Amino acid sequence: MDALDLARWQFGVTTVYHFLFVPLTIGLGTFVAVLQTAWHRTGREHYLTLTRFFGRLFLINFAMGVVTGIVQEFQFGMNWSEYSRFVGDVFGAPLAMEALLAFFLESTFLGLWIFGWNRLPRRVHLATIWAAVIGSNLSAYFILAANAWMKHPVGYEVVDGRARMTDIWAVLTNSTALAQVPHVIAASFAVAGGFVLAVCGYRILRERRIAGIEAGMWRSAMRGALAMTAIAGVVVAASGDASARLMYEQQPAKLAAAEGLRHDRAAAPFSIVPGVEVPGLLSVLAAHDADATVQGIEDVQRRYEQRFGPGDYTPNLPLVYWSFRVMIGFGLATTGLALLGLWLTRARRIRGPGGAARRTARPVPAWFARLCLLALPLPTAASIAGWLLAEMGRQPWTVMGELLTAASVSPGVTLTEVAVSLTVFTLLYGALAVAEGVLLARHVKAGPAPEPAPPREDAPEPAAPGRPALLMY
Amino acid sequence: MDLVTVWFVLVAVLWTGYFVLEGFDFGVGALLPLLARDEAERRQVLATIGPVWDGNEVWLITAVGAMFAAFPGWYSGLLSAWYLPLLAVLAALIVRGVGLEWRGKVGSARERALCDAGIVAGSALPAALWGAVFGGMLGGTALAAVVGGAFSLTLAALHGAAFVAVKTAGPVRLRARRLALRVAAAALPAALAALPAIPAAREAGPLPHVAAGAATAALAAAVALVWRRREGAAFAATAAAIACTAAALFGVLWRAPLPGLTVAEAASGPYTLTVLTWIAAVALPFVLAYQGWTYWVFRARLTRAAVAPQEERPATRRGAAGRTS
Repeated sequence: MDALDLARWQFGVTTVYHFLFVPLTIGLGTFVAVLQTAWHRTGREHYLTLTRFFGRLFLINFAMGVVTGIVQEFQFGMNWSEYSRFVGDVFGAPLAMEALLAFFLESTFLGLWIFGWNRLPRRVHLATIWAAVIGSNLSAYFILAANAWMKHPVGYEVVDGRARMTDIWAVLTNSTALAQVPHVIAASFAVAGGFVLAVCGYRILRERRIAGIEAGMWRSAMRGALAMTAIAGVVVAASGDASARLMYEQQPAKLAAAEGLRHDRAAAPFSIVPGVEVPGLLSVLAAHDADATVQGIEDVQRRYEQRFGPGDYTPNLPLVYWSFRVMIGFGLATTGLALLGLWLTRARRIRGPGGAARRTARPVPAWFARLCLLALPLPTAASIAGWLLAEMGRQPWTVMGELLTAASVSPGVTLTEVAVSLTVFTLLYGALAVAEGVLLARHVKAGPAPEPAPPREDAPEPAAPGRPALLMY
Repeated sequence: MDLVTVWFVLVAVLWTGYFVLEGFDFGVGALLPLLARDEAERRQVLATIGPVWDGNEVWLITAVGAMFAAFPGWYSGLLSAWYLPLLAVLAALIVRGVGLEWRGKVGSARERALCDAGIVAGSALPAALWGAVFGGMLGGTALAAVVGGAFSLTLAALHGAAFVAVKTAGPVRLRARRLALRVAAAALPAALAALPAIPAAREAGPLPHVAAGAATAALAAAVALVWRRREGAAFAATAAAIACTAAALFGVLWRAPLPGLTVAEAASGPYTLTVLTWIAAVALPFVLAYQGWTYWVFRARLTRAAVAPQEERPATRRGAAGRTS
């Protein structure tokens, strides 16, 4: 165990942890903005109730996304100073753009949204949440463009042992980024959609048990989340297909590892689990050609040794192989669940008391509400597995073909320092994860804050412990 | 002026913006138990920074991001050399951020007190550590770090107390003034120890001397203005003191931001700097405009009653939006 190993563990732990919160910030923020827009346009009170309810869950989560994100920006310099020195000229530019163009927008307008409820005109207040949402999505684009450059470096030349940017446009329109951005953003919407589904499923079950029937707004929120998750699932699949073809061209070692393919092979089969294969499918996925040759990991290793000198160029095979399967399997399961839900709750015609026909969604079966609880872990696990595939499959490189991970670590930082840092983050993050989970669960269980009856009485303390009516502090 | 100079100045401006803006919300957070006596007052005090603290923190993210992009050598050298203090800054910012965002959403007074402890510690610690890091960097001794930390902590506290005096009405406002005067009794000697040491640290021309002198004068003016109950002017003076301190600091760092590293060696290539210049020129005016607008929206003095729990809905309602559900 040396500083390099611990630095890698720290990066893995803090980044995976950060990405538990980011998809909810992106997807749930958009969902809340849509709810508030629905309230703005229709004036129906239940949309406002939902906006405040999911808005509170969104804010509990948002705080975690922000504070764990600051760690990411510092970590490159603290643990990976050789990497930062090598890539800063290229990699730093999208990071600076992210801060200037996205983070300021997101944080400033979210502050206006939280505290502007009773102060801003209705339209302007609605615009603030949309500005914050645009900021969140824009930040995803910039950081993914930076990340894509590590896997497929473009628009640069190496001068005096440092990458120098020659074409910002090439960096921002990197083919790898253009496939990865919709993939990750759509996956974030699927994670957030799954979160909303689980919350709605829980509320429906709970309110049926207590009151015999659930509030109609949970069905309407569930329909919205089902549509969001299903559409996101389709975009994830389509952009994933594009990513697979780019991986075939740009990162043969990752593709070989993801499939456990040992040797170069024409008409390569797709392995579903070890021993179960679909003939020719991998060649179809990788090149849209059933006869195409896919490189095997041992042959890639041999070719890389010829090109880059002796060394081990093979990623962690079992990890990459199983990450790929968890990502696809859980991702498809989430999409399937969403499509099933859309069909189960499809509209039907009902004759009202006056004989007039109206369309209404079918009730949610109890078993499906229970199944929706799975929509929380499934897409989250798929999203984390996707990142493990993407980043562990890139090893042993930090910048594909240019810089090895082993050469990226800070030379002056001691094992003790990294060990202290890893311990601090692990303990702190662990405690905060428990706190966030308890806080979210408590708010979901308590349900929306009761509508204060006008004329309201201003109490100095929140009306009831456990359910403060405020988004503010 | 060549692009390397432009970007050094811009990085200095971003750090200055960070110190001035987050300086007061650090001060407000650190003084919370002394400024507020009960829950309504705590809410009143925290509501002064509530809408803006997160936007203020983005100045740090932008300053560090700009260093990464424009001076990779400086960014990587600085962050890896000051490893453990920066780790403590990060841990403090984490605890502080969740404390601020969660305190209104937890269930009991005990949990809220825990959030408040996180806000106080998470504000005081980075306020002291930034001064310690830069003081230690220039002075090279533990004593220099302690003096720098004492100065930045007391200056932030004074800045925060002045801010609360400007932004509140009632007993909290009066308490903030008294507190500012008590803090000043510690901030002035710390300033007299720390500020002259900045230009003395390295050979760096006249600018750091002038800026350090101006910072001392601004601080003295701030104390006098607090005494005379000129709250707005006092806050402007503490802001000027922080800005002049930062100017002195970066004036000294200009020759060699890190030992043995010149600005030119640390810098990115001219192409990257040109791209960054265009982006900053387009984006920064908008950022300043909408952050300025935020301060304008929340310009009113806050009273106890204004921050009592209330139903959240936009100010103007459209037509007959009745309760239909």
